[in-house]
Amino acid sequence: MATMPDEPSVRLASRQAPPFAGPPGPVTSRSEHPVRVEEDLMEARHAVRAAALAVDLGLVDQTRVVTAASELVRNAYIHGGGGVLVIEQLSRKGGRGIRLTVSDDGPGIPDLDAALDDGFSTGAGLGHGLGGARRLMHEFDVECPPGGGTTVRVTRWAPG
Amino acid sequence: MTGVRRATGVPILRLGDVLVTGLLEELDDRSATAFLDELTERITAEGAKGVLIDISRLTIIDSFVARTLSELTTTARLLGTRVIVAGMRPPVAITLVELGLRLDGVETALTAERGMAALGWFRTASSQEVGHGDHAG
Repeated sequence: MATMPDEPSVRLASRQAPPFAGPPGPVTSRSEHPVRVEEDLMEARHAVRAAALAVDLGLVDQTRVVTAASELVRNAYIHGGGGVLVIEQLSRKGGRGIRLTVSDDGPGIPDLDAALDDGFSTGAGLGHGLGGARRLMHEFDVECPPGGGTTVRVTRWAPG
Repeated sequence: MTGVRRATGVPILRLGDVLVTGLLEELDDRSATAFLDELTERITAEGAKGVLIDISRLTIIDSFVARTLSELTTTARLLGTRVIVAGMRPPVAITLVELGLRLDGVETALTAERGMAALGWFRTASSQEVGHGDHAG
């Protein structure tokens, strides 16, 4: 294997790219959380924390995942005009994990490379949201289909 | 004088020329902004020379909270006040580094006690553990 274990596998789906591939493992639990009002940001964090606990992530990993969720959900709220968070608990040979999918119907991200660069931000925040979430998770995909909207999907696995 | 206002639900205490406050487990964006405003107001109202913010209960710091702490520190410095952020949990510190946030310019301390010492507050001589070593005092 040439890939480093902590290096996130990034597939930056362009506007022409095919949709996401199938799930990497069986989903043992799935929940949906609307991101419509500011209070939903905190609710989303709590739900992610509970799911991270449920798949036996350690304290540092819980903190990573909740922080990444906070960034992605805030992006959907501020840039996407609201959206939805899907939390999935995963189980595969070698360990359990948590996958977060945050979608919004906003204008999309015009320049993904720039958005992933530290310091880039078109709204509130320091511009560390997307790039930061990518570094905190094992797998990271972002998709901006031609019709608009943004879907970010991130996964973190518990150490096997 | 405004007294102890609790717009954010967080008390801000004055000990001499130092303001002492702390953040709870979580901070939403609105509370973070309100906290910044309230603390800045109190710094000028009380003529505080130093501010200690205990964050030992804070379980996550995302980019918004990090920015708020940076802005608060910068604002306070422009007012001539020194801010020390104390007691960051190790998982929070690890996550901040990976997030790419170094909280540049924000002075930190391992514990609130050390932060207070840096601001000129020391334990009284009657304390059993006065000094830096086990055999002091």
